[in-house]
Amino acid sequence: MEYIVFFVTAVVAVIGALMLLLSRNAVHSALWLLLNFSSIAVFYLLLRAPFLFAVQLIIYAGAIIVLFLFVVMLLGAERAEDQRDTLAWQRPVALVLVVVLLCEAAYIFLARAGETLTAATATTEEFASPALIGEALFTTYLLPFEITSVILLAALVGVVVLHQHQSRTGRPTEQAVQDMSEIAPEPTQTAASSR
Amino acid sequence: MIPYSWYVLLAAILFAFGVMGVLIRRNALIVFMSVELMLNSANLALVAYAQRWQQVNGQIIVFFVIAVAAAEVAVGLALLVTIFRSRQTTNIDEINTLKG
Repeated sequence: MEYIVFFVTAVVAVIGALMLLLSRNAVHSALWLLLNFSSIAVFYLLLRAPFLFAVQLIIYAGAIIVLFLFVVMLLGAERAEDQRDTLAWQRPVALVLVVVLLCEAAYIFLARAGETLTAATATTEEFASPALIGEALFTTYLLPFEITSVILLAALVGVVVLHQHQSRTGRPTEQAVQDMSEIAPEPTQTAASSR
Repeated sequence: MIPYSWYVLLAAILFAFGVMGVLIRRNALIVFMSVELMLNSANLALVAYAQRWQQVNGQIIVFFVIAVAAAEVAVGLALLVTIFRSRQTTNIDEINTLKG
């Protein structure tokens, strides 16, 4: 039964990845990527990782795909047609190299096919329940956890800085001044109205 | 029980598709999506190894990879929007100067 689920999900994941590459429309590519992320989440469930299953769906399928779709529609990129390459030899060489990579992966898989059944030992106990992951995150991996919060803060600040409209002189433009005055009205007005 | 090497082979196949996407497509957004595909294939391999050795460390790494990938996507897309504002194109062949 597990083999059937694995094969079906693997086929869905590969089809999603292939159609991501072949779609002319960027919105369709984002939706195929969503299908791929969902099948990876199913693999996490098969691999006894329920916490990662939930995290994958929430963050990847729920936030990152939405961000991609927003930007695609903001830039109007779904209408963009792929022009001809400036380097005409790039596509054939890329295809050849990727086929070589796939052959290498298949060779390594087949050469080591005899060692694979040692994973069939009893795995009845949960080794990665959310409680155990939380315990590991807050004891052994506390420092990376705190640093991740700094990374997220840096990303947030970076995105806000990138979207400021700066004029050449480095002072904020009129539009930026107007935006800020809408968010934070001048204190003199509220002080005058409270008297 | 499915042998862990099947998961790793599938991860290698998905990674190869991601590499093909980065090399072949001209649209910058498709290139970003292919990079996310590569990150997910690496996560799949890590979780497969975590299950093979019955340790939670592989899944902790995946947790951090997902968080860092989310931050990277946010900043990368903000950069792309900024570039698009001055160039009006998402074709990476045309974004070939540092000026502007």
